[in-house]
Amino acid sequence: MNIPKITKIIESKREATDIKTITFHYPEEIESGQFFMVWMPDVDEIPMSVSYINGDIKGITFRKIGDATSALYKLKPGNKIGIRGPYGNGFKIQGKHILFVGGGTGVAMLAPAAEEAVKNSISSTVVIGVKNKSELFFEKRLKKCGAKVIISTDDGSVGYKGFASDAAKEILKKEKIDAVLTCGPEMMMKTLLDCCKNISFQASLERYMKCSIGICGQCCIGKGLRVCIDGPVFDGKTLKNVKDFGVYRRDSAGRKIQF
Amino acid sequence: MYLTFGVTLVDITTKIAGIRLKNPTMLASGIMDEDAGSMQRIIECDAGAIVTKSIGLNAREGYPNPTVIELNHGILNAMGLPNPGIEQYCQEIRQLKNSKTPVIGSIYGANTREFIELGKRMEDHGVSALELNLSCPHAKSYGLEVGCDPKLVQEITSSVKEKVGIPIFVKLSPNVTNIIEIAIAAEEGNADAIVAINTVKGMKIDLELGKPILSNKIGGYSGKAIKPIGIRCVYEIAKNVDIPIVGVGGVTTGEDALEYIMAGASAVQIGSGVYYRGIDIFKKVCVEIEQLMKAYGYKKLTEIIGVAHT
Repeated sequence: MNIPKITKIIESKREATDIKTITFHYPEEIESGQFFMVWMPDVDEIPMSVSYINGDIKGITFRKIGDATSALYKLKPGNKIGIRGPYGNGFKIQGKHILFVGGGTGVAMLAPAAEEAVKNSISSTVVIGVKNKSELFFEKRLKKCGAKVIISTDDGSVGYKGFASDAAKEILKKEKIDAVLTCGPEMMMKTLLDCCKNISFQASLERYMKCSIGICGQCCIGKGLRVCIDGPVFDGKTLKNVKDFGVYRRDSAGRKIQF
Repeated sequence: MYLTFGVTLVDITTKIAGIRLKNPTMLASGIMDEDAGSMQRIIECDAGAIVTKSIGLNAREGYPNPTVIELNHGILNAMGLPNPGIEQYCQEIRQLKNSKTPVIGSIYGANTREFIELGKRMEDHGVSALELNLSCPHAKSYGLEVGCDPKLVQEITSSVKEKVGIPIFVKLSPNVTNIIEIAIAAEEGNADAIVAINTVKGMKIDLELGKPILSNKIGGYSGKAIKPIGIRCVYEIAKNVDIPIVGVGGVTTGEDALEYIMAGASAVQIGSGVYYRGIDIFKKVCVEIEQLMKAYGYKKLTEIIGVAHT
């Protein structure tokens, strides 16, 4: 049933500047790439991709950026939130060598996918692209699981100096990659798509969501593709035909906002 | 049009206020209609007509989430009339200008002047008809506050009718003491059709938090649970007015659609059904209508309209 179930926060952990993970009890099965609707009573309800899948315990990782995430950031263990879902499709984790490219907090939802890939004996390289060192998270987690981790920072404070997409381009030149899975700023994902001519490509998109059950039309892209149920993960073939990909999104009134 | 979907020789075309529909299934306002791409997808799913999101003069963000939740027998929503405003939305409508499927522009306003301006703008951008939303159950000073007063309904309807050349549908709320007098008021205001019903006011409370779940607290209930209410309203309206009626509320199957048609509707609108049966519900309902018509020996859908009254 698509109605929030109240659950208590088990742990609230700071990952980096303004970035936290919260975990909670939620026994529904979920695949990497799928998302929850997370309700902070009296504030808002927002879509959040799963970042930890540990049996009945699930987690989300987010940056404090608006009213809802700021409210979520303040919550402590024992505080109540509402969860519904999981929603959307997940990643298809196939290939011999997958390149994961996470920009900003995008790496949060890629982490469970990378862990699953390694578990399935798929070579996995993860690019974590952040503005600077203070925003870096999940480096240890991903190294520990057995993925090769490349860090890129806009200011060069750690790792490769430049954008995640540039770091990814270099890897694509050197290594035999047969799939790219990405989540992050849409311009970065669009740049990556343009580089993946013969490489399988999947990107997880973010849009303002309301119903999350495919009826309100708020999150639609292209020709009526609903990010909430037809996505949030779309393949390269689909995205090449979506004119708004990397161009604009819509705000809660439905006005176009250029990226 | 014969042989539309199935193999049976039945005619499921219909007409409302001179607008010919290839089948009686219309997309209800507020579902998959925020942009041209979404409406195009519904057109390709064989809807007989499209009703746009309800559009106002200025952009409106609507309420914070939760705005839509599923209950045991229906869906409860309080979106709060989010829309980008007529200026931006006209760009979406223009993209559908060459569509063979009629597009009906839904508008809401706080007063007659706003309805007139919105109606003219919609007409300029090529919609086939207007649907006046006089019945949103959860937006302050819009919708229901206008739509429960027969005098206002008549005044708004006749004023818009005088200024535009396209047919005017008036969408009514069941959240009134007497829906018949509102329907008669719309007819006296020279409406070309009645659309009934909008959602039924409702609320859901979470026991653990002891508070309503929707951010607006009160919402509108749609889906399967409200069908008998809609059928009753259409039946009562059909007894009292001569203009065509579009039935809406809980249509998920061909059986539901035919019930509305027998109660007096010339067509039906589908909203929550998109959730229950997927985006291809329009085609599914049409096939079921054809099968049922064949089973009961009906050849033309228009012959069944209002048979429950005889």
